[in-house]
Amino acid sequence: MKLLRELLFPLIAVIAAFIVGGILILLVGDNPIVAYRLLLGSALSWPDGIGYTLFHATPLIFTGLAVLVGFRCGLFNIGAEGQLYVAAFATAWVGITFANLSPWLLVPMCCLAAIFVGAFWAAIPGVLKARFGSHEVINTIMLNFIAIALVSYFTQYHYKVPGDPILQTAPIGYGAHIARLGKFIPGLPQRIPLNLAFLLALLSCLLVYLFLWRTKWGYEIRATGSNPSAAEYGGISIRKQIVLAMAVSGALAGMVGINDVMGYHYRYYDGFSDQYGFTGIAVALLGRNHPVGVILAALLFAVLQHGGIYVDGFSEHVTKDIVQVLQGIIILFVAAEAFFRHVSNRLGLKQSAKV
Amino acid sequence: MKDILTFALVMSTIRLATPLILAALGGMFSERSGVINIALEGKMLAGAFTAAAVTYAADEKLHLGNASPWVGLLAAILAGLFIAAIYAVTCIHYKADQVVSGAAINILMLGIPGFLSGAFFLSSGSTPQLPKEHLIPLTPIVIAFAMVFVSWYVLYRTPFGLRLRSVGEKPEAADAAGVSVNQIRYAGVLIAGVLAGIGGAYLSIGQSSLFTRNMTAGRGFIALAALIFGKWRPIQTMLACLLFGFTEAISIQMQGAVKLPSGEDIPVQFIQMVPYVLTIIVLAGFIGSSRPPKALGIPYQKEK
Repeated sequence: MKLLRELLFPLIAVIAAFIVGGILILLVGDNPIVAYRLLLGSALSWPDGIGYTLFHATPLIFTGLAVLVGFRCGLFNIGAEGQLYVAAFATAWVGITFANLSPWLLVPMCCLAAIFVGAFWAAIPGVLKARFGSHEVINTIMLNFIAIALVSYFTQYHYKVPGDPILQTAPIGYGAHIARLGKFIPGLPQRIPLNLAFLLALLSCLLVYLFLWRTKWGYEIRATGSNPSAAEYGGISIRKQIVLAMAVSGALAGMVGINDVMGYHYRYYDGFSDQYGFTGIAVALLGRNHPVGVILAALLFAVLQHGGIYVDGFSEHVTKDIVQVLQGIIILFVAAEAFFRHVSNRLGLKQSAKV
Repeated sequence: MKDILTFALVMSTIRLATPLILAALGGMFSERSGVINIALEGKMLAGAFTAAAVTYAADEKLHLGNASPWVGLLAAILAGLFIAAIYAVTCIHYKADQVVSGAAINILMLGIPGFLSGAFFLSSGSTPQLPKEHLIPLTPIVIAFAMVFVSWYVLYRTPFGLRLRSVGEKPEAADAAGVSVNQIRYAGVLIAGVLAGIGGAYLSIGQSSLFTRNMTAGRGFIALAALIFGKWRPIQTMLACLLFGFTEAISIQMQGAVKLPSGEDIPVQFIQMVPYVLTIIVLAGFIGSSRPPKALGIPYQKEK
């Protein structure tokens, strides 16, 4: 029964968003059913649809988890976007600088670079909040822009192959590549960039669950998030929890770098993130701040992202922008939960709507 | 030669500061009433797209000629109001988390212009080019700077301003004194929509002659930064916007890198970072203290 209630609101929000989106599609003169079939149906084909959907889901699981850990501590990490950029650049830097090392050394080194640099970048607003009380929302927004400018500078001035018209670094060493899943799964061609990072993402979900609900540190983070003054009264140092939660959050966001640099582009590619950090907010909210919910929500948004390409190609008026429109409406509906409570109360659904 | 360069730089600073001033002042009304406004970016995008699209339609379809940019500007104001109304209803009436709804509006507004221009102009996110004589390059600048003083007067010299400030600082007290907290907050958020809408319109039908995908490029967030840097006060906020406009003007003027007298280059990326770094520093209290309104971000629950 509890599970049902947990699933009900996100489901209503998604359906409502699709209805609003459908009305918009009708208004611009297209058939919503055709558009939605393109949007959702293309993800089910094997191997391309499923392969690409899981590939798109990978970064969203990481950023969704990142936002989740922040939320559980009462913090809003809007900075996953910046964290994943600096982390991805650091991953590439290690992969370029130590290009000749054996994979047994280089792969863990690159992964650790992604995790620690992401954690470091997120710890900055954590420390600023703990030490000076400045709002993490503002600081993470500001640090996003700083991160993007910083890595673009390093790429352009120091790590680009001279003469390359594209803003990207030199390739990383082969020792830093991680295998694409096509290597292990028959029928899945290796051109599909779904790679080991996807399994790492699933593992991270489990680890985040164990960390938050089965360790003392996780308990303290959640206690701080649900009632800071009670937590402090109980002897928990709120300041420490804020920094810790931000660092863990940033480490998770940083792992997007593993997926993109070590498993897809094999270099740092400027502007590679398709708003992953911001979509992570939607993923965490829709997933009701639970790791399992995050996987489901990431899959939904990955389906939309993959389908967007088909909508662009095959429908007359609707463009892939519909994906972002749907995403925005979904978050708005999830945020305004009270709205649905109001509506369902009116409809006499009091029991089932009590969340 | 050197003088002309400086004059050009000043003019460019003023032009680049204009959309920031409009959006930041809008944000000030909203935040002073206690509602966080990270949705400025989305409201500016709404204004920018609507202005360009409606001006084009008024010109091509309705043959309004020179009146078309004014119709466009009016439409941009209505678009800003509309988005602000959605934001206000979710945050004030339904007491949704303000940061979450703001983020939602921003994501939504990244999509909507592309969606509509794909449908109406069969383009990938931009509107058709407008003729030069159907632009309004000057009026928004005048509005922006006039609004600085109007805002100052409204905020500090009118009963509405007093109520707005008290609602943002201590809503319970304002409520006890008979002020409707939610009504004042609606007003604050809607004013933000109007001003951010004009700011966006200036980008598409003032500074340039069409809307392009993600045209604001983070200006809504720079405006937010300026508001914090200006300590939520109109005059200081204007100065912050001028400073941030100046950093942008320099990085455009110098095309890539600024030469130091010693002959070394400062890469443009470092100049772009200035507003953001300054904001973090000032928010941490290193340069004077920047204290947000006390009730910022907290939905008001009337005591029963």
